[in-house]
Amino acid sequence: MNGIIGKKVGMTSLFDEAGRNIACTVIEAGPCVVTQVKQEDTDGYYALQLGFGDAKEKNTTQPMKGHFKKAGTSPKAKLVEFKGFDAVEKSLGDEVRVEEIFNDGDLVNAVGITKGKGFQGVVKRHGFKGVGDRTHGQHNRERAPGSIGASSYPSRVFKGMRMAGRMGNQRVKVCNLKVVKVFPDKNLLLVSGAVPGHNGSYVIIEKKNS
Amino acid sequence: MDAINYVHEQLSLKPEFPAFRAGDNVAVSYKIVEGNKVRIQVFRGNVIQIKGTGATKTFTVRKISGGVGVERIFPFTSPNITEIQVLKRGKVRRARLFYLRDAIGQAARIKERKFIRPTKK
Repeated sequence: MNGIIGKKVGMTSLFDEAGRNIACTVIEAGPCVVTQVKQEDTDGYYALQLGFGDAKEKNTTQPMKGHFKKAGTSPKAKLVEFKGFDAVEKSLGDEVRVEEIFNDGDLVNAVGITKGKGFQGVVKRHGFKGVGDRTHGQHNRERAPGSIGASSYPSRVFKGMRMAGRMGNQRVKVCNLKVVKVFPDKNLLLVSGAVPGHNGSYVIIEKKNS
Repeated sequence: MDAINYVHEQLSLKPEFPAFRAGDNVAVSYKIVEGNKVRIQVFRGNVIQIKGTGATKTFTVRKISGGVGVERIFPFTSPNITEIQVLKRGKVRRARLFYLRDAIGQAARIKERKFIRPTKK
């Protein structure tokens, strides 16, 4: 799969030719560095490992320093492997840029870590409706989950029962976002719709196989 | 933020409308698409709010239509707005005129600004 690593800059909205206002996410995509090329005969499959974002030299472990030295690049903060990368012929240490992979109008998937929401109740976390009444005998039950199972049989709560708990901070892939525009001179990618994560968090943009 | 501003510079329209502010009476001409016909409608009312910056700047126009208050929010960069005419300059003491929603009759009127200072560039 062809793709690139980027950083979410933020969201905005723009008007298209038809006069519709479309919500867009601005992503600072690349330039990435090829830090490893995996080959059929040595690794069993073909893939490119790309690096993006600068890491501090002192926070990089010795083994990783060697890894980056081999590719002839400074330490990178984020490394991602793209299997079957066939957009452009690349070898170790090469630069991968947005415009080489994406064109305007392409469909892409965006992978990111969603914003952490902390410990959340069942209404926000799973979309339960709550009780829906404030009166009619209700007391402190407005956002309660209701029954979580039967009684003496099975005498336990089934695994996977949707309950309150930690929400967000998960790896999520959003599919079929459209590339509105590529800005090669600023390494920016403009996609329609929302992308998971905080502003400034790393996102992986994968190109859909057409 | 710089990146977002850059995107707007590249892709957003630069609106060229007369300057107006909250309290002014304006007529906004905007395109309406009905099926495959495009016609222009005019929305005339008082500006009660100007909000946002850059490409996401909007203004809210309020009018009384058939005894019912109607408000419409227009983005400054919308390609559907063809013209904005400033009909009256209003004399108001705040930037957001939400009190007009509750005001009835005489209280809902905006005094006209008779002396208009030249706008600084």
